[in-house]
Amino acid sequence: MKYVNQPMVKKDAMALVTGKPVYTDDIAPKDCLIVKVLRSPYAHALIEEINTDPAMKVPGIACILTYKDVPQQRFTLAGQTYPEFSPYDRLILDQRVRFVGDGAAIVAGETEAAVDKALKLIKVKYKILPPVLDFRKAKDNEILVHPEDNWETKMPVGADNKRNLCAQKEESLGDVDALLKECRYVVDRTYHTKANQQTMMETFRAYTYLDHFGRLNVVASTQVPFHVRRILGRALGIGASRVRVIKPRIGGGFGAKQTAVCEMYPAIVTMKTGRPAKIVYSRYESQICSSPRHEMEVRVRLGADENGILKAIDIHTLSNTGAYGEHGPTTVGLSGHKPLGLYRNTEAYRFSYEVVYTNQMSAGAYRGYGATQGIFAVESAVDELAHEMKMDPVVFREKNLSKEGCLFVGYDGSPRVTSCTLDKCLARAKEMIGWEEKYPCRDMGNGRIRAVGSAIAMQGSSIAKVDVGGASIKLGEDGSYTLGLGATDMGTGCDTILSQMAADVLETDFDNIVVFGVDTDISPYDSGSYASATTYITGIAVADACEQLRVKIRELGAAMLDTEPDQVEFDGKRVYKLNGEGEVSLEAVAAKGTSGNNTCLQACATRSSQISPPPFMAGLVEIEIDKETGALEILDYAAVVDCGTPINPNLARVQTEGGLAQGIGMALYEDIQYNDRGQMRNNSFMQYKIPTRMDLKNIRVEFIPSYEKSHPFGAKSIGEMVINTPCPAIANAVYNAVGVRIREMPITPEKIAMALEEKKTE
Amino acid sequence: MEIKFWLNGRKIQAEIQADTLLLDLLREKGCYSVKRGCETANCGLCTVLLEDKPVLSCSTLAARVEEKHVVTLEGLQEKAEELGGFLAREGAEQCGFCNPGFMMNIFAMEKELKDPGEEEIQEYLAGNLCRCSGFMGQTRSILKYLEYKKKLREGEGR
Repeated sequence: MKYVNQPMVKKDAMALVTGKPVYTDDIAPKDCLIVKVLRSPYAHALIEEINTDPAMKVPGIACILTYKDVPQQRFTLAGQTYPEFSPYDRLILDQRVRFVGDGAAIVAGETEAAVDKALKLIKVKYKILPPVLDFRKAKDNEILVHPEDNWETKMPVGADNKRNLCAQKEESLGDVDALLKECRYVVDRTYHTKANQQTMMETFRAYTYLDHFGRLNVVASTQVPFHVRRILGRALGIGASRVRVIKPRIGGGFGAKQTAVCEMYPAIVTMKTGRPAKIVYSRYESQICSSPRHEMEVRVRLGADENGILKAIDIHTLSNTGAYGEHGPTTVGLSGHKPLGLYRNTEAYRFSYEVVYTNQMSAGAYRGYGATQGIFAVESAVDELAHEMKMDPVVFREKNLSKEGCLFVGYDGSPRVTSCTLDKCLARAKEMIGWEEKYPCRDMGNGRIRAVGSAIAMQGSSIAKVDVGGASIKLGEDGSYTLGLGATDMGTGCDTILSQMAADVLETDFDNIVVFGVDTDISPYDSGSYASATTYITGIAVADACEQLRVKIRELGAAMLDTEPDQVEFDGKRVYKLNGEGEVSLEAVAAKGTSGNNTCLQACATRSSQISPPPFMAGLVEIEIDKETGALEILDYAAVVDCGTPINPNLARVQTEGGLAQGIGMALYEDIQYNDRGQMRNNSFMQYKIPTRMDLKNIRVEFIPSYEKSHPFGAKSIGEMVINTPCPAIANAVYNAVGVRIREMPITPEKIAMALEEKKTE
Repeated sequence: MEIKFWLNGRKIQAEIQADTLLLDLLREKGCYSVKRGCETANCGLCTVLLEDKPVLSCSTLAARVEEKHVVTLEGLQEKAEELGGFLAREGAEQCGFCNPGFMMNIFAMEKELKDPGEEEIQEYLAGNLCRCSGFMGQTRSILKYLEYKKKLREGEGR
């Protein structure tokens, strides 16, 4: 291995750091119509009348569309493999608006000023309806978010629109109730996580135009080009074959762009007018009508015996999908399956859930995808249980955590733990943070107290038996290779790490690999970059395609040497006879490929996996709390990660640091709040605070790689798992510091101070 | 109205509205490195140099740059490559969207602060958000870059 496990500089780095115009809005044609959406001021209403005539008279306005102008076939915006688990509950515009910010009309015009003016002149008469705003009261509420008859679900997820149910299920092993009764120590607690915005720096955006075949071309900041193609084909009623999707450089995604949040608006404008059209969401729109994390309430019951063996786990999750069901039925599954997978001694478990519709912004995919919520709950409960039995929570974890070779209990991605160094990760993180000396806390004598907290986490690596990785590789006439990808680099560096793998399989220089992606007309099919899939499943496809191409190079080389393929070998630079009596260079084979040649020097591979081998990690934090004010500062965060072989140690490290930072944001600051009319209070970066560099001073990351044999280089995923430890680790540290248990995110100074007050009065 | 100003060392003239923001004017003039990450002056992505001082171009009226010097990353390509190399070698540029504004502010910091310590650096750059990197890699890059620049200076002084 020459390039794998090396800190290669990203292939696109210099374009990005010198500010080249490589993002969607930089390359959009200048004659694009500007598209904006008129948004409902009500959480639930029916449009009784909508008058667009005065708005149409504004000079430069090209078209205004209302619910009367759109196809009536429902669809989902979730970027998922077909048939999607998410219900078909959307129209491009609907007569019923279901949250504050839902679309009421689409306006397209030649200038932004004209569009802004027209938006103000559209007269809408709403019949205001009572909204469902409390997700705890949504199920079987008399107010229905989706009463319509053409609401449809393609998969048996337990959904029922006449009950506000987007999904429900129960699964179990053994008799968890009976076992909990037998357990010496039991905790029964309920935890609450809020919606969070991904807040990638580049907001949602796309532009569209018709090409010379009359096909709709869509250039979009998306993680899921192939899914966008299918979604738009259905939404517009034109079929996927008439849609082409191109992904340029992306300014971050974190799951937000696994939902086709904005593409349909310019798309329908282009279809109606024949003109190029562009939409760029403001930060305000990205806050109020996008695809944030699902709010969840997770009840956890844990039971352990007198020796500290965790025997029974009962998890019930209530998830708030908001007004539409994107990723509703799937995110919730991870809130149980991932935390269950962390522990090996479980003899009985139950995992049940309900996902409900409310009149709030639709939720979507956000890094961690339900696992973050479930792991916060279970890892908090594990600490609470350890405290019940007066055991060090890290010792409790050491006794129970999953180990390589064990069977998984309750994890749906693999039957067995194929690769895992979690025990070593935890041991090392303990050393790094100084757990033995610092647990549980130290009073600093100045009103401040320092404490440590711990958590462990996992995720998957692609969705087993579903996700598809694709790669094509071809030899150019100069001896260079072109790697075609359908996976979507959104800044993570997957174009680079997949090129590292290709270079090693082909035994060529890293710079000899040209990488290209994504254009749905050209790139091999790939589900897209989500579900922690790319390094693992697309990596497998890349290695496979490169192996196939090696065989073809050998074949053509052998023919050039007048011998059989089994009489030659290829070492990356030349094809040579095993008997040492002749050789041809790669360049000669490549040139031969373009002259009098019948061998296609190109290979393509499609791969999916029967298993989803989890990466694991331990996250230990040291905090300081001011007992008077409840102010909390993170002094140190020690994270030790097993992602299998880190293909690019620099990028793996930055993934981890970035994920921890987002997790710390979720744990301490980020909080989407609605008023009693369903309007969001945190609709800008003024009110929605994400961590700055002042908040994150000391995050330390180390790797203890296992080797995952199902991957050609032993790699697993990393991108999502790294967000999962901060919420529970910090909550656990707060308890260790001041003895109060915060069970609702985020952990604000107010909550700590209030809890301390309450404790005093008790 | 018409204004004249210096953009990346070249005097240009532009037709603007009274409410045109500098950010929009600069992008219209082909300076696509200038990004908008919010509308509330919170993210720092749109930072450019106005008379050598960092300003948020999203909250600066274009009319205010009349007869002044504006510099964007397009005008500092060599310096961008130099500093950018440090970011890239840490993998800290990630999606790249916040890089131009962030780098403009580093260039301003270099002029304003002499041998800043880590805390001073964090304070100076606190207004530049990044959602990908968690900032650690950015800090590693800056410290290495400043060290490199210092060595260069010392080399010249000898």
